Amino acid sequence: MSDVDASPSTAIVWALARDVRVALRSKGELGVQLLFYVIVVSLFPLATSPSRELLATLGPGVLWTTALLASLLSLPRLFAADFGDGTLEQMALSPRPLAALVSGKIAAHWLTTGLPVVVMAPLLGAQYALVAPVLGTLTLSLLLGTPILSLLGAVGAALTLGARGGGSLLALLVLPLYAPVLIFGAGAVDAVRAGLSATPHLSLLGAGLLIALVAVPFAVAAAVRIALD
Amino acid sequence: MINWFRLSSPVSFYPIAGAWSYAFAVLAALLAGVGLVVALWIAPTDATQGDAYRIIFIHVPTAWMAMFIYVVMAGWSALALGFNTRLSAMMAQALAPTGALMAALALWTGAFWGRPTWGTYWAWDARMTSTLILLFLYLGVIALRSAIEDPRRADRACAVLAIVGAVNVPIIYFSVQWWNTLHQGSSISLTAAPKMAMTMLAGILIMTAAAWCYAISVVLARVQSIIVERERGAGWLESLIDWRAEGTT
Repeated sequence: MSDVDASPSTAIVWALARDVRVALRSKGELGVQLLFYVIVVSLFPLATSPSRELLATLGPGVLWTTALLASLLSLPRLFAADFGDGTLEQMALSPRPLAALVSGKIAAHWLTTGLPVVVMAPLLGAQYALVAPVLGTLTLSLLLGTPILSLLGAVGAALTLGARGGGSLLALLVLPLYAPVLIFGAGAVDAVRAGLSATPHLSLLGAGLLIALVAVPFAVAAAVRIALD
Repeated sequence: MINWFRLSSPVSFYPIAGAWSYAFAVLAALLAGVGLVVALWIAPTDATQGDAYRIIFIHVPTAWMAMFIYVVMAGWSALALGFNTRLSAMMAQALAPTGALMAALALWTGAFWGRPTWGTYWAWDARMTSTLILLFLYLGVIALRSAIEDPRRADRACAVLAIVGAVNVPIIYFSVQWWNTLHQGSSISLTAAPKMAMTMLAGILIMTAAAWCYAISVVLARVQSIIVERERGAGWLESLIDWRAEGTT
């Protein structure tokens, strides 16, 4: 009998803890990714105008689109280093289920790159003259939406392992798949601004998150195995 | 019973693909000839849009094909992953450029149709926007294919992407429609034409059949090229090509 605990939950927790630890050892890199979000968001008023009405109109879209770009920018770090030094291959060979291991990695990716964006959003939203209830919805929609971005992005990150063209190829693969998340996320904030309920948008985001949580790890595991061949 | 698995070998499929490609090209030309006569001469001028509506005879078939080819491509991709058959992956590879072409044509003709009828080339209508995203999905598959050296790895990576995309297409369509109903300005109403004359419908259906035959013909010809590219050096191919070269001299 093997004494290796091959249950999915231990595999998820192990991969999550490992990736968070690795990420926290290069805090600078994490900080730079968050700064990217802050800087891009701060550029839009310079390109348009500082008028409060215009900024309040643009705000939800800008904050959401930039969250998409920030997620995209952080995707290569999800698998590339582990692919390069052979860790990913060892994970695929281990008796633990690969889908569980990649789930842990994706969760760690979201905790270190998605969650900071969510936490930062109310502050940046205030720059865009968004008021308290709108900021609450913005944060909630990002909280539900950014994990979907990490999950869908992981498919693209795994598929482009070892492919030429790196970042721009990843953008072409992943950004069209992000479109529904953007629509429901930014739509939720727009609905509150228009005096409507954001519940339908948020419910759809939540449903999307649940489906992605269940289905995507298997697609990512398949993509990782293809890359390792 | 026909042994379908015999056809899944590039060796036995290569000559069949050539023959079918030729047959469907002839069929496509005939259907397009008839369809254009119906479209340009027989179908009546529209009461509100005048003759500008006639671009519908290209626009609608290409839009249908763009969506349908993606489903077919995902189907071949699923077969390629499930049975690990080389030819299924080659079919998926051959379908992508035709699908992208159809999506681009649908957008292009849509813009030309939109100008005289709605007064604008582009209106962020739900169908236009989702066709645009569909075009991006096609381009993603093509780009991923060209970014991976090893064709067998590219086959499977593209298959996963096509299937993930196919799952997403209905979600994208739904989300874009949702977004559109909330944001649609009142100036442009894009409801379907009220009542279509019989000849208009016939023209659209004949042109759709022509687009089908064109797509089948082109895809089979492209599969032949892919087989030649991938199997270069294989004995059966060299003998076939030598025999062709002798035939022409």
